[in-house]
Amino acid sequence: MSILEGRNLTKHFTAARGPRGRFGKRPPVRAVEDVSIALRAGSVTALVGESGCGKSTVARLLAQVYPATSGEVLLRGEPVRAHRGAAFKEYRRQVQLIFQDPFASLNPFHRVRYHLARPLRLHGHARSDAEEREQVAELLERVSLTPVEQFMDKMPHELSGGQRQRVAIARALAVRPIALIADEPVSMLDVSIRLGVLRLLEGLARENGLALLYITHDIASARYFAEDITVMYAGRLIESGPGEELTQSPRHPYTRLLLESAPDPDRVAPPAGERHGEPPSLIDPPGGCRFHPRCPVALPVCSTEAPGRTELGERRWTHCWQAGAALSR
Amino acid sequence: MNVLEIRGLGVDYLSGSGAVHAVSGVSLDLRRGEILGLAGESGSGKSTLANAVARLLRPPASITSGSVVYRRQDGSAVDVLALGGNELRAFRWKELAVVFQSAMNSLNPVITVGAQIDDVLRVHAPRMSRNERTERSVELLQRVGISADRRRSYPHELSGGMRQRAAIAIALALNPEIIIMDEPTTALDVVVQRDILAEIRALREEYGFAVVFITHDLSLLMEISDRIAIMYAGRVVETGTAKALHRAPRHPYTLGLLRSFPRLRGPREELPGIPGVPPDLRSPPPGCAFHPRCAMAVAECSESLPVLRTEADGEVACLLNDGRGVS
Repeated sequence: MSILEGRNLTKHFTAARGPRGRFGKRPPVRAVEDVSIALRAGSVTALVGESGCGKSTVARLLAQVYPATSGEVLLRGEPVRAHRGAAFKEYRRQVQLIFQDPFASLNPFHRVRYHLARPLRLHGHARSDAEEREQVAELLERVSLTPVEQFMDKMPHELSGGQRQRVAIARALAVRPIALIADEPVSMLDVSIRLGVLRLLEGLARENGLALLYITHDIASARYFAEDITVMYAGRLIESGPGEELTQSPRHPYTRLLLESAPDPDRVAPPAGERHGEPPSLIDPPGGCRFHPRCPVALPVCSTEAPGRTELGERRWTHCWQAGAALSR
Repeated sequence: MNVLEIRGLGVDYLSGSGAVHAVSGVSLDLRRGEILGLAGESGSGKSTLANAVARLLRPPASITSGSVVYRRQDGSAVDVLALGGNELRAFRWKELAVVFQSAMNSLNPVITVGAQIDDVLRVHAPRMSRNERTERSVELLQRVGISADRRRSYPHELSGGMRQRAAIAIALALNPEIIIMDEPTTALDVVVQRDILAEIRALREEYGFAVVFITHDLSLLMEISDRIAIMYAGRVVETGTAKALHRAPRHPYTLGLLRSFPRLRGPREELPGIPGVPPDLRSPPPGCAFHPRCAMAVAECSESLPVLRTEADGEVACLLNDGRGVS
């Protein structure tokens, strides 16, 4: 059963500025359209896409940072709407977020101990100073910031990027969540540090049965650290499947383009110098399949109708007219 | 033939608690028309080195030692570090241009893209007439893949990739011999990045300029560069052709970097990565700066600083190395 699930999530933002349309209204930004994604306990699911494709919006919808325009979020199979007050606090106890920038997510005026003790106290896990100290030490141990005595009283500026991100992860763990949403957790870290942080997240998911959503633009790292990969483009889901299958035999032309474009020193021939264009505006996205203007194998139907989901096997599906045609042939 | 020769360059950042040696004793050659990749983690000194060469450093940074010599096509040499005022102005853009990571910050937000190219031409090529300048702007924009009508667009009206293309067009305006590109594609998506890299290679073929391409992404460098220099803690630790570095890295740090990248093809090998964190340059470790993180370190590594030795097809600064490579 899935721990955290989004069903047909759609999010339209209203622009605060810009030209008004015919009825005096500004056109909405169609950031996320009909996205369904499910996280399983003890497993890492990756959501891959380029910047502006809506992957962070999906993260925030799942974390109930703002309400969806339509669709619902299910926690342990129960629909939830918890955007403020006690309900939100209770939801936050179950679902935690980790952000990209560990320099911005820690308060520069507080020590590591404070960052970890706050959630422990607020959520009632630690009731005395002794309990607090013990649990803070335990959290630091879990994210491999040892010796713990040394790290407890450090200020954020005394830590490296990787260490800060570990503190942010420890803070998320402090409330004992069942689901963790990591939004580009390693893209601001140095290459040699990334692996350690990703391994830590993977281990946490495996050992503690956490459901982890790993949001990234780096499909190669998703191949290594996620069981399932879902690819997103211009606000819509494109393709999903077990990591190895999806990266080795992609079925959607966009996934293929993404894989071909990733830097790869093992590549034999340099790729042809053709231009692939850029992702569309989400204020006025192309009709039909949103990838069709850039698609090398687009059919006439692609520009008029959005493709439905074509099931290709267990946990494996794509939204592409070509795949549908190939199956029915 | 070299177009740029850096010898023993040192750059310090002066701070209250003493000087930080951001770049120390760097010697590097840039050959005419080659793409030289400069790789390293944050704080390795790669951007400081590039800014020193372009004479863009500002206090508290200061060049403490070394020389940078630029060689013109006719063989005459220019001491870049001694250029002042007008000479420096003539050297920049005409001989050496820079493309920065964030094109939004390097383009002026309140002037159209076409006007910014026009600006460079007006200042640096005063003999061109207005019509010639307009013609050249259109030509440059088209050359980097921006349609002529976009000349009247402001930077915010362009996408990230287009802005970076516009920045490249400005760098090309006066046909420089050297273009320094400091993380030009880091803020871009992979698909757009791929297109721009292809563009840079094509332009290089056409105009024959040399490129210093700076990035932390070694796998990307392996694809685009002819030669690569790896920096660690302010020093060059290894240089070599992209192929040689990929096939047989000689420095344990290079090897560690190569083993930090998840791959898209082939078996999902275990990724060892590099343990530890990059050193604090305020108090660098003695001897080889990499030794605390190095799995192959011996006692001597913490005592003596390895010098960059010339090998068959590159250089390496590692005590263990006798030219056979590590792995």
